[in-house]
Amino acid sequence: MAPVLEDLAVGQEVGRREVAVDRARLVRYAGASGDFNPIHWNERFATEVGLPGVIAHGMWTMGAAVGVVADWVGDPGAVVDYQTRFARPVPVPDPGAATVEVVAVIGALDADSRTARVDLTVTAAGARVLAKCQALVRLG
Amino acid sequence: MAVNPEYAGREYPPNEAFEVGREHLRAFAEAVGATHPAHTDVDAARALGYPDVIAPPTFAVVVAQRAEAQLIEDPQAGIDFSRVVHADERFIHHRPIHAGDRLVTVLHVDAVTERAGLSMVTTRAVISAEGGEPVAAVTSTLAVRGEDS
Repeated sequence: MAPVLEDLAVGQEVGRREVAVDRARLVRYAGASGDFNPIHWNERFATEVGLPGVIAHGMWTMGAAVGVVADWVGDPGAVVDYQTRFARPVPVPDPGAATVEVVAVIGALDADSRTARVDLTVTAAGARVLAKCQALVRLG
Repeated sequence: MAVNPEYAGREYPPNEAFEVGREHLRAFAEAVGATHPAHTDVDAARALGYPDVIAPPTFAVVVAQRAEAQLIEDPQAGIDFSRVVHADERFIHHRPIHAGDRLVTVLHVDAVTERAGLSMVTTRAVISAEGGEPVAAVTSTLAVRGEDS
């Protein structure tokens, strides 16, 4: 059932998930997105430019975070505006994986435009990696 | 070298159309863990009223970055990509991108500013269907570290 604006309240949690990201996923994202910056797959290059190691694409993290909103609303095409600032990188270990946690809460409701603003708290290892991460969703 | 402030306000001519394919959308959806069936299953997308499988909300970055390359790969702009950090990103969607779209992008350089040893470059990629229908706008800010920082 698609959510109805009148049934929602500001502050209500509408979804949460944990997403694992390993080096293979970054290579996959690089191929699918065309972003082949070596800081996302080459440890030597990443450390030479002063990073702790390979880091996830900020755009991967942003893309992974919004899935919880698309699934909640039942139509990914209902996300009409989506924005974030990139607060800190997500280091991706090898071997192993990093875990990104996403919590989605209603930030605002607009009865005139029949939209809900969903605020996403996106963290890795307990620290926020995306800031002001907001998706505006058109409701039925 | 700092980013060239004279590039602020620049608008590029429309680029060559970007053809959106089903398998590309499926691969992108898989990579970001977008599991909604409207990204992969044509029938599921049509049940929601779309002509074909639709893109996840951030796929528009793939279309936008092809236009952004006109600026980033221009040596006169002075953007050293090894010193770039992505600062922010915003997508405004007039409708979802779907397989079969042929998308034309006009790149605008909205701002070039300096602060605390960083050059901040804000671009806006305005994406339309070939016939002119507005599809999306992608605003992106890159922070470029100076040589001495």
